[in-house]
Amino acid sequence: MAEELSLLGMWASPFSCRVKIALKLKVVQYKYVEEDLFNKSPLLLKYNPIDKKVPVLVHNGNPLLESLVILEYIDETWQGYPIFPKDPYERAVARFWAKFIDDKLLPAIRRACWGEEKGREKAVEEATELLQLLEMELKEKRFFGGETIGLVDIVADTLSLWLTSFEEGSGVELMTREKFPKLSKWSHEFASTSAVKENLPPKDELTVFLKSLFGKPAK
Amino acid sequence: MASQEVKLLGFWVSPFSIRVEWALKLKGVDYEYIEEDIFNKSSRLLELNPVHKKVPVLVHDGKVMAESFILLEYIDETWKQDPLLLPQDPYERSKARFWARVAEEKLLEYSFTAMCTHGEKKEQALKSAVEAAEKIEEEMKRNNKKFLGGESIGYLDLAMGWIAYWLPVWEEVGSMQIVDPSQFPATTAWSKRFLDHPVIKQNLPPRDKMLVYFHERRKILGGLV
Repeated sequence: MAEELSLLGMWASPFSCRVKIALKLKVVQYKYVEEDLFNKSPLLLKYNPIDKKVPVLVHNGNPLLESLVILEYIDETWQGYPIFPKDPYERAVARFWAKFIDDKLLPAIRRACWGEEKGREKAVEEATELLQLLEMELKEKRFFGGETIGLVDIVADTLSLWLTSFEEGSGVELMTREKFPKLSKWSHEFASTSAVKENLPPKDELTVFLKSLFGKPAK
Repeated sequence: MASQEVKLLGFWVSPFSIRVEWALKLKGVDYEYIEEDIFNKSSRLLELNPVHKKVPVLVHDGKVMAESFILLEYIDETWKQDPLLLPQDPYERSKARFWARVAEEKLLEYSFTAMCTHGEKKEQALKSAVEAAEKIEEEMKRNNKKFLGGESIGYLDLAMGWIAYWLPVWEEVGSMQIVDPSQFPATTAWSKRFLDHPVIKQNLPPRDKMLVYFHERRKILGGLV
């Protein structure tokens, strides 16, 4: 039976990007379907009636939802490049940091960059503290996955291009080279990896898009 | 295995630490349980989980791990004896992981909020909780086995186990109803079977103490809203 694999995504979504990176690393062919999030397709509503969100990976008619769940599925289904570590303890640690990024770090960054002016200072402080935890976790490694990118690097994709765009679009500086030398270096190395580079959206367009999505009219 | 040392830091009424205990007990893994007072956190807890400062924390041969769903996966990958908690098939595994998140991020969050709030905030949370419960009911209906894990308790049963025992307590404390048995027959039937399992039945916090505890929490948290 010929395998049918399609990815419903959105060009500016870091969550869709994670899936693209993973499929590229596994050297898996797929059909990409761009979704207009302001005019969702019947296909998206059919496959994800609960959340109506991208990314959705459809494999032989089976829909996979939620980027972290999709990444686990991809690693379990296709051999080749290992996205997750093999050792159970290291897997637990990788899953922990992936969850930390999605549940704690990203919301804090959003609040710091795009939240109310009133709470801005506190939000920046919180985001900075959380980024420090990630900076410490990187230690002297080239990537969170070691010599090559792994789960946590892929999930941290938002911290490379998207964070730069957030900072440019909002005027709030978070991940400076002085405060975060390791993460800044990581961000550059990550974005230069071929599997990542060819799947990142264009920076200027992204900045404009994010600004229109999150930004408020001029004070 | 005598050389293996397993410790679990938990809190007596936390559905998050208890689901990990259920997993260890179902697998027959010996462990030392350490009760943490989450309102007066020990230096040990802060040292072992500096990022979140929360229970549960699992320490296995000196390796420290946190986050209950992650611990369930670790337990399943490390102790491979029955019951196998996660399904073998990758697609079935992904469904289990997905529905665990829906139950946790939607039903649990909204139910707890509804319990602690009043007025419009409560109504909103209640409505969202019921919506989530309806989706879960559909999944329960689709599953025609004894448990969501099949003939034996699995990952998704453990993830959703709080629905069978904590939710009715929250409903009472919050003077509300989310899972009406007449509207949610599949969830109700599954809840009964889950609580009837000998391992689960013997590892539940006392209901009367739970009522006192959550009444207090409701007062404190409700005051902040």
